[in-house]
Amino acid sequence: MEPEKACSQDLSQIIKFAKLDELLDLSRANSLWPLTFGLACCAIEMMAAGASRFDLSRFGAEVFRPSPRQADVMIVAGTINKKMAPAVKTLYDQMLEPKWVIAMGNCAISGGPFVYPGQYAVIEGVDKLFPVDVFIPGCPPRPEALIEGILKLEEKLTGKRRWPTVTPQ
Amino acid sequence: MSLSELLRMLVYVVGVMAFVGLNAAYLVLAERKGAGRFQRRPGPTEVGYAGWLQPVADGVKLLCKQLIVPPGADAALFRLAPLLVMIPAMMSLAVIPFSETLVGRNINVGLVFVFAFGAINVMAVMLSGWASRNKYAIISAARVVSQDVAYEIPMLLVVITMLMATGTMNLHEIVQQQAGWFWHWNLFRLDLNPLMPVTFIIFFTCMLAETNRAPFDMAEAESELVAGAFTEYAGMGFGVFFMAEYANIVVGCAMTTLLFLGGWQSPFGVGSGVIWFLLKMYAVVFTVIWVRWTFPRTQFYNLLNLSWKILIPLSLFTLILTAVMMKVLRA
Repeated sequence: MEPEKACSQDLSQIIKFAKLDELLDLSRANSLWPLTFGLACCAIEMMAAGASRFDLSRFGAEVFRPSPRQADVMIVAGTINKKMAPAVKTLYDQMLEPKWVIAMGNCAISGGPFVYPGQYAVIEGVDKLFPVDVFIPGCPPRPEALIEGILKLEEKLTGKRRWPTVTPQ
Repeated sequence: MSLSELLRMLVYVVGVMAFVGLNAAYLVLAERKGAGRFQRRPGPTEVGYAGWLQPVADGVKLLCKQLIVPPGADAALFRLAPLLVMIPAMMSLAVIPFSETLVGRNINVGLVFVFAFGAINVMAVMLSGWASRNKYAIISAARVVSQDVAYEIPMLLVVITMLMATGTMNLHEIVQQQAGWFWHWNLFRLDLNPLMPVTFIIFFTCMLAETNRAPFDMAEAESELVAGAFTEYAGMGFGVFFMAEYANIVVGCAMTTLLFLGGWQSPFGVGSGVIWFLLKMYAVVFTVIWVRWTFPRTQFYNLLNLSWKILIPLSLFTLILTAVMMKVLRA
């Protein structure tokens, strides 16, 4: 796996299919299918983001695929127990390239309220298991924040932002 | 074979493929928009003007997604299954008359042809489940077989009823018999069989079940079986299954239109043409989407009970009633 990755990185520095790559990035950014998968209360906010008031589907990201083979982005919504960690890691490994991860909520970012001396049950941040692309803070984050996270991921993919940013007051 | 015949064949092959491809792509968008509207939200709006480029984005993404054959799977069958589910739908469109003149092949057993190819669909879904070497896929495959076998029977009984009523298996002639005002459509021909609307509802229900659509989508029961028979499929392999589902819906709705709603015949007796066929077909397609987002998925036992205990006896009854009516009326 490792040498193959290095090789493809070298190639990408020599060969650049500019327009095609841009088209591909644009397509991927506008068709981010999340994995149907929630761990705790953040998942409730994730469901709200897909429902009628917030409507994730405007950005083409409402196709929650139940099978990790068909999903593009894993929204880790909730606390990861040490018991749950192997299952989450398996799901991540079963997803096919290209894949992205959004850590939603304080538990997925750092363990959140479960970090205290002597705690033995919770993984302190999903980035201990696999790389994360976007972190969404909040406990739980509001659905708007999740949509903003998806937009941030789109920005990361295409290199530019289509929508204006709102500065906090 | 003359040059013009060859050219005609080429045009129809390309035309059918383009029709299936465009329908599959944009019915997915219609489905997502429809789902949005039924749930009081706008649906895809931001990708392209009003979301019109959403299928393109999805298609390009699916094409460029990593492809795998899971370890231990039957590689040949795994790759063959998406083809087997797509090809029959395209083959069926070769005999479906879009208008008086617009038909790929006007053969005199068109009705049997469409249903014969429709049956391959079941085998393809079963193969996909079997070849994946995934327990959820195999459970789903077993469900699909029992469901589709159960619903094939009332559907074919209805088709036999229609065959007796119309006296021909040629789709072109079946539509020609329905010329005139809309009460000449088979749906309203109560003189052939007073239960014709019931027959239509049986056919429509079976069509929903045969194309594995909610409320009968046992092939892809997300809440129970991960993604059903397609669990291990990724990228365009999955995309083809997705497209085939919509291609099968188009074929099913086209058959509903031809058998019951008068095909290309205008409801007012004048101005018949391909536009009427498309209007009626897409109205039926819309109903299919409407049903999907209105009713929750049925339990599997209820699904089989509906077929074996209600639909089959009812369709047998309409069959016998039609036979008796014909005997009495013609005697």
